[in-house]
Order: sequence, then C-alpha cells, then structure tokens
Amino acid sequence: MSINATPTGADTAVEETERHATVPAQRGSRRKAPLSENKKAERKLGWLLCAPAALVMVAVTAYPIIYSVWLSLQRFDLRFPDERQFIGLENYVTVLTNEFWWTAFGVTMLITVVTVAVELVLGMGLAIIMHRTLVGRGLVRTSALIPYGIVTVVAAFSWRYAWTPGTGYLADLFSDGAPLTERASSLAIIMLAEIWKTTPFMALLLMAGLALVPEDLLKAASTDGATAWQKFTKVMLPVMKPAILVALLFRTLDAFRVFDNIFVLTAGGNETSSVSMLAYNNLIRGLNLGIGSTMSVLIFITVAIIAFVFVKLFGTAAPGSDDGERR
Amino acid sequence: MSDPDEARRRRRPRVRAVAAAAALTLVAPMAACGSGDAGGPPTINLYYPPEQNLQKVVDDCNAQAQGRYEIAYRVLPRQADDQRVQMVRRLAAEDTGMDVLGLDVTWTQEFASADWIREWTGQDKAEVEQGTLAGPLDTARYEDKLFAAPKNTNVQLLWYRKDLVPQPPKSWDQMITAAQQLKDQGKPYQVLTMGAQYEGLVVLYNTLAESAGGKILNDDGTQAVMDDGTVRALEQLQRFATSGVTSPSFTNATEDPVRLEFQSGAGAFQVNWPFVYPALQEANPELAKQVGWARIPGVDENTPSKVTIGGVNLAVSSYSRHPELSFEAARCIRDAEHQKFSAINDGVPPTIEAVYDEPEMTEAYPMKDTILEELKEPATRPLTPAYQSISTVLSAILSPPSEIRPQQTADELRSAIADALQSKGVLP
Repeated sequence: MSINATPTGADTAVEETERHATVPAQRGSRRKAPLSENKKAERKLGWLLCAPAALVMVAVTAYPIIYSVWLSLQRFDLRFPDERQFIGLENYVTVLTNEFWWTAFGVTMLITVVTVAVELVLGMGLAIIMHRTLVGRGLVRTSALIPYGIVTVVAAFSWRYAWTPGTGYLADLFSDGAPLTERASSLAIIMLAEIWKTTPFMALLLMAGLALVPEDLLKAASTDGATAWQKFTKVMLPVMKPAILVALLFRTLDAFRVFDNIFVLTAGGNETSSVSMLAYNNLIRGLNLGIGSTMSVLIFITVAIIAFVFVKLFGTAAPGSDDGERR
Repeated sequence: MSDPDEARRRRRPRVRAVAAAAALTLVAPMAACGSGDAGGPPTINLYYPPEQNLQKVVDDCNAQAQGRYEIAYRVLPRQADDQRVQMVRRLAAEDTGMDVLGLDVTWTQEFASADWIREWTGQDKAEVEQGTLAGPLDTARYEDKLFAAPKNTNVQLLWYRKDLVPQPPKSWDQMITAAQQLKDQGKPYQVLTMGAQYEGLVVLYNTLAESAGGKILNDDGTQAVMDDGTVRALEQLQRFATSGVTSPSFTNATEDPVRLEFQSGAGAFQVNWPFVYPALQEANPELAKQVGWARIPGVDENTPSKVTIGGVNLAVSSYSRHPELSFEAARCIRDAEHQKFSAINDGVPPTIEAVYDEPEMTEAYPMKDTILEELKEPATRPLTPAYQSISTVLSAILSPPSEIRPQQTADELRSAIADALQSKGVLP
C-alpha cells in the first residue's frame, strides 16, 4: 500500500530541502507589494497551467473519497442488496464501539510509534555513514537502499519463511516454537520487517537534510572546542530539523497505513490486524461496503490529523508549500 | 489504445514500440479470459477448487457435448478463503469471464442473495433434484429456490482404535469416560479433533448443537436463536475441552495435524473427514488394520448425532454469457457417472444416493454405509447469506473452548450473530 505514495514523496522532500538551502532570501517576500498587471497575468497563467493536473487530482482522489464517505453513511452489504439504505452515522457508532477496531487501532499505533522511532535512530546513523563515506560512496548508498528496493510482499514472504519452523533458520535459531503464531512475537517480527524495509528510505530523507549542514559551521564549532556529540546535537540537528520533520511525517503516515507486511506474515491472526487489514477484511472478505468504508474514512481522518499535527504544531513544511522553515 | 492505427501514424518508432508493447500486455490477459467465441464452440469457464482428476471429468463432458460447448477448468487457489475472495471480487465487478462456479456449501446463500448466481429452473432443476440426497440439496437452496447443484458432499466420521475400544461410544460423555479409563491404564487415550480458531471449530460446534436438537438461527435464517440445545452443546464442548483427554495442541489443531497425530498412534479416537483413511493405510498400514469407523457420537446417548455436512455446489454466474450451456455443463460434471468417477479417484463423497450402491464403491469407500447413514440425517451449517460473518464470530467467541461459560457464551453469540445478520458485525 505504502509503496505507491513514497517515491514521489521522497523526490519532493529532497527538492524541497535543496530549494530552501539555496534560496532562503525569497521567503516571506510574497504578498507585500500590490500585484501589478504583469503579475496578475502570470498568476492567471499559473492557474491555467495547473488546471489539468488539478482536474485529474479531483477525478482520481476527491471522487473516491467523497464516494466512500457516501458509502459509509449507508447500510450497504453486497450480500443483502435489497436492504441498502441511508442510516446516517450508525456505521460510525458500530465501528467506534467495536473492540476489534480499537485493538487494531492500538496495534497500528504501536507499530507506528515503535517503527518510526527506531527508523529515525537507525536512519540517522545510516545517513551519516552514507554522507561521510569517502570510498565507494555510490556503492555504499546503493547497497544501503537494497531493502527499500525489494517489493514489500516479496520481502515479507522471505521473513515469513525465515520465521516458520522447518523452512527457516531464524525460527530455529531464536525460539523453540512457531513465533508467528503468538501475538507478541508476531508483532515484533512485523515491526522488524517494517524497520528493515523502510530505514533506508528514512536515511535517504535525512541525508538530504545532512547536505544542508554547512561544513563551515561544523568547522567553526570544532574550533570552539565542541565535541562530536555537541556538534551533532547543537549544530547538525537544528539545521536538519525541517528535513527530519518531513521524514517523520512521511514515515508516520506510511506506517499508520501498514498492510502488506501484516497481510503476508500473519494475515491478522492473533490480534495482529492493523486498521488497514481490518478495513480490507470487512470490505473485501466481508463484502460489507458500509462498515468497510466507514473504516476507510476513519483511517483517512486519522492520517489527516497526524498530518495536521505535524504541519501546524511542529511546523513541518507541508510538501509542496514554499515556507518550509516557518517555526 | 482506442485507435492503434492512428497512433502508429503519428508517433515515432520507439514510442510506437513501447505503446504496442503496453497494448499487448494489457490485451493479452483479456484474450486469455475471453470466451473464445471467435470460431469453435463457446467456452464455458469452470472455476473450481483444485481436484486432481477433475480435468478427466471435464474432458469427458467436452466429448459428450460434441462441439456444442467446451469447458475450460480454471483452478481456484487452494485455500477456501482465497477461492471465495477471487470469486466475489470478480462477481462484484460483473465479470463475464466466469460461467460455472464451484462453491463451498456455505457460500451458496451468500452468492444467491447477492444476485450473483442464477436460479435453477425447469428441466435443469428437476434433473438435479432427482435422486440427490436431501441434506446436500438443502445447502443449494435459498428462499425455497434452487441456486446450485450439489457436486459432492462430505461428512466427518468417528475413527477409533478397535484394539483399545471394543465398542464405539454412543455419546461424547461415553467417549470422554472411555478415554479417561485408557489414560488411567497408561494406554493411548487422546480424542483428537479440530479445535483451532477457524471453520473446523465451527463445524464441531454445529455438529454438537444440531445433535443436541439446538438451533443457532430460526428456520428461515433471519434471526439468531441460540436456544437450550445450543447451550447444552456449549456445555458439552467445554466439558470435552477440560476433560484432560484432548491433545495438548487441541486449540491449535486443524485437519491435517490431527490426522498426523492419530497416524502416529497418540490417539484412541479421532473425529475427522474421510480423507484420513486412505492416508492412514498408506502411512501406517499396521495401525490402519486396528482402526474402525462409526457415526459421530451424540450429545445424548439415545439420540443419534446429526453431523455437519461439507462439500461443493455448482452454480451458474449471473454474468455468464452462455447460461443455458453452463447449466448443461454443470449437470454433466455432477451426473451420477462422473460423481462415481470423482468418488473413486478423488475421494469426494457423492451427493446422488444411488451412486453409493455401485459395486466399485465398496472397495474405494469401505465406510460408505456409515457415511450414507450420517448423510440421511445431516446437520447443515446456518443457511444465511451472512454465514461468512457468523462463522468468523462463532470461531472467535468459541475459542478457546475450555473457557466457554455456556449461558454467558450463548448470550454473547446471540448478539454477535444478530449483528452479523444486520450487516452491523465487524469482522476481526
């Protein structure tokens, strides 16, 4: 699921941070002078040029979103086509009072928080290594990105076999049972697979941030007698903050929609379903479009809240906006 | 893609090649799914679970059709869930590439209610109802209309060690007592059956509930009942799970592990489908000689059990472009001759009663009389379009069986099933 969204996200983020590095002076100067005729024409042209893209966006995203909101307000079960009717918010009451939903929500939150935190730490390490490598830089960067290049489902199958007694070495090495049949160990394996897979992506985003740190600043800090740790926390991190926040935002949004690893590793058994798994089970397996769409809408709302918190409270640059370092 | 000729004129060679390749990749699979109407007989796409020798039946039917139609056997995935998901997804999209569908008996009402399969009428219906056992036929009906043709059925038996148990038990309590005695004597004693959280546990509970005269749903399948009989069945299941005669892996056991455990000699009893017998003869011929079979014990020793039936029904998709031929093809695949062939070669029990009297059946099916006895007084799983949801909540709430608190669990089940029937149930 998450594979589609991330590559473009990565590009924007890198572009974004680079643009900020080179043209910081332009920031904040818009909106001051009244618009000249020329500017107005330019703006109009700008709108015209965006229009096709905007229309496509509306067709491919706004319509499905509105349609699923509409579905979520109905009793709509493919098995009972004659009983389709508008029931207002009843589906939301059903879902929000259901323990399966909250269990899945808890699991998803746990996976999100743990994986993103671990990925941030490991990704930072990896980014510094990639950034500082002198010999074979291309090779190091390429090999670090391999896990990210492997299709998630394929990687998940490798993990599944590795953790299945009889077919895999990891199961025999680390436990005497079948780790994928118990809840705690299943969740640990799901998180491990997620972290292994997306740490390189995190590292890539952070490396773009590292490129922002001017060498002069580091040298100056050394001259003042700063230790390596002080240089990291007092110089590098503040300068990198926008990049870190963008990386965290992307990863949190992705992690919250975790699906493929769970689908392959446990299929949601032993209460390891994420909210996306639950929505899939109710929509595709249960044929219950009403309840399933309600879950999709709730996931959408949660993701929107996460994005809002990042952008408004932490001051993350919304991807595509110009004022990146507003704090 | 709408006008490839125009595109060819306009584009540069390289772009053209890419476009052509893209067009090919898009069109090629469609051609494979197409009905092959261009020349030759119409293709009837049969979507059916893997069955080793079904292709021979299909070939035979194609020969009999003499060019009127050509059945193509498209093998569905092995897992029941995957089979269902593939079919419902395509039917929801009104896919015309599916004609005859092999449905698990529990899906028939769901597909019928969703208007995905056609009703069997007239001559087709009369022919299917002729000589077919009542139990399997019930699983093919929805709202008193026939929506499918039972191709094969299935029913579990009690397998027991004749060297340890002289007489097969008449009730579950007798079986538990016998096992406890064997345990005290230090002999193999376990009662092995499926108790993992999945359909197998639902089948076990349904057998117990029906044997106790209980009703999970009302007769037209629209309301949750969970009467006294079902509570007694919960008591029985809980008593069995806590009696100390189950295998330690009972709560995680599915069909094949149960078979293997019994095959290794650990158990005195096994409740399982008939496929275990040929496997046992092959893997452990010594033990096989000691193994007898009987009707599954009842909840009450004076009331014979009613055993849950499984099996596959053939239905014709509403979106099929050749409905008449599809009905004809389905009839051919499940006719008496082919049911006998499948029973002997693939081990699937026939739904046409007369097939059991065929002389060849005695050798392939030594337990055919017991199977037939159970089939004549069968238990069906709740016949409702919402079965899939009901089964999911049943297995979730019944698991683990040792923690059942009969009355409370029954109340919990009643409300969960009622929710499922009103599309309010959330699947885990």
